[in-house]
Amino acid sequence: MQSDIPLIRMDGLEAPSVVTPINTLVFFPGKCVNCGRCLDVCPHRVFQRAEGRVRLARPESCMECGACQLNCAVSAIKVDSGVGCAAAMIKAAIRGKKEVTCGEDCCE
Amino acid sequence: MTASNKWDHFTARVGYKRMYHRVEPGLYGVGSPKSDSPVFVSANYTLSFDSLRTSLNGIDCYILVLDTKGINVWCAAGKGTFGTDEIVRRVEATGLKDVVSHRTLILPQLGAPGVSAHEVKKRSGFKVEYGPVRAKDIPEYMRMGEANEEMRTVRFPLRDRAILIPVEIKNWLWLLALLPILLFLVGGWFPALLALMTVLGGIAMFPLLLPFLPTDDFTSKGMVLGLTLAVPFSFYAIYTGAEVLIGLASGVAIALLMVPGVAYIALNFTGCSTYASRTGVRREIFTYIPLMVGMAVTGTVLMSISIVASYMGWA
Repeated sequence: MQSDIPLIRMDGLEAPSVVTPINTLVFFPGKCVNCGRCLDVCPHRVFQRAEGRVRLARPESCMECGACQLNCAVSAIKVDSGVGCAAAMIKAAIRGKKEVTCGEDCCE
Repeated sequence: MTASNKWDHFTARVGYKRMYHRVEPGLYGVGSPKSDSPVFVSANYTLSFDSLRTSLNGIDCYILVLDTKGINVWCAAGKGTFGTDEIVRRVEATGLKDVVSHRTLILPQLGAPGVSAHEVKKRSGFKVEYGPVRAKDIPEYMRMGEANEEMRTVRFPLRDRAILIPVEIKNWLWLLALLPILLFLVGGWFPALLALMTVLGGIAMFPLLLPFLPTDDFTSKGMVLGLTLAVPFSFYAIYTGAEVLIGLASGVAIALLMVPGVAYIALNFTGCSTYASRTGVRREIFTYIPLMVGMAVTGTVLMSISIVASYMGWA
């Protein structure tokens, strides 16, 4: 899987973005105000401090937890967040539910 | 930490009454906090709350315990129960504004997937600061006033993987106990041992060996482990087979059963890991489940044929 080369999408619909081919993480560098929140919340050092705005340094390490998106006040990051748990997905598929998460639903 | 705390932690780790290791939500004081003492936010799961309060090393502070339904910080954040709404509600309910003179909450970094810091500020007046991932780094964090890269990074070291094994055993106990007994009654010690090895391989050896198995994803790592574990069994079957062909067939069948067996348990370990993404797991499910079903079906057919053949004295 070619994962280390982020593609630049410039379709004119939104600010130029950097999409990650192997997951749902999308970064809009033009919107970034360099507050550094994403650097605080990311558990896998996906973003890196850089001049003027942060840099999407390790997009392939993104686990789609959604912390950066939720804490980005200027919406410069988009990610379809969810839990990477096969047990939950399989359980949800069997029970016909959309999604089950940790707790009473699963792993109880 | 009292003996009853330690007993509670032990039972939590073996998965006994998973949903009942709870702390009453609310505001707690640690040491002798004053109005300018820091406020740490935690989940109402005993393992989360206790790891925080035992890491404070004499820091006088408040702990705001959210109602996360007895779930740890990271999982609760993923679900949203450790989240913006609950923080705003709990700050209100505890009258925190009248207890402290400052307006800062220190959250565990792993609470962030459920919390929008700027939303909390807007709705409650409290500024959110994200502390380190691990509570044990809190004293250092307070000294430096910020967390360094190391404190902000989640890893999955041997200790963290090994501590999951008891819960894995509990979760797969029905299979771990039932399958070997059933196969022992039907076919004796050899298939029973084979089943035991498959399940133990998946729930115990896989977590321990995770970073050392070649290949990238969980399922293929599980397949590599399954194949390795199958080798001695397959050779035994080939060596002891009534006929060369029958021996070969059952040897191949063993591999075709053990590989998807271990791999399926390995796939289910994704949610226990600290780095699997939903996109990645979805891809693994679609890539490997058909393959694993194919292997298991072929293996079962081949095994049945070789059993029937050896009984009939065919070959």
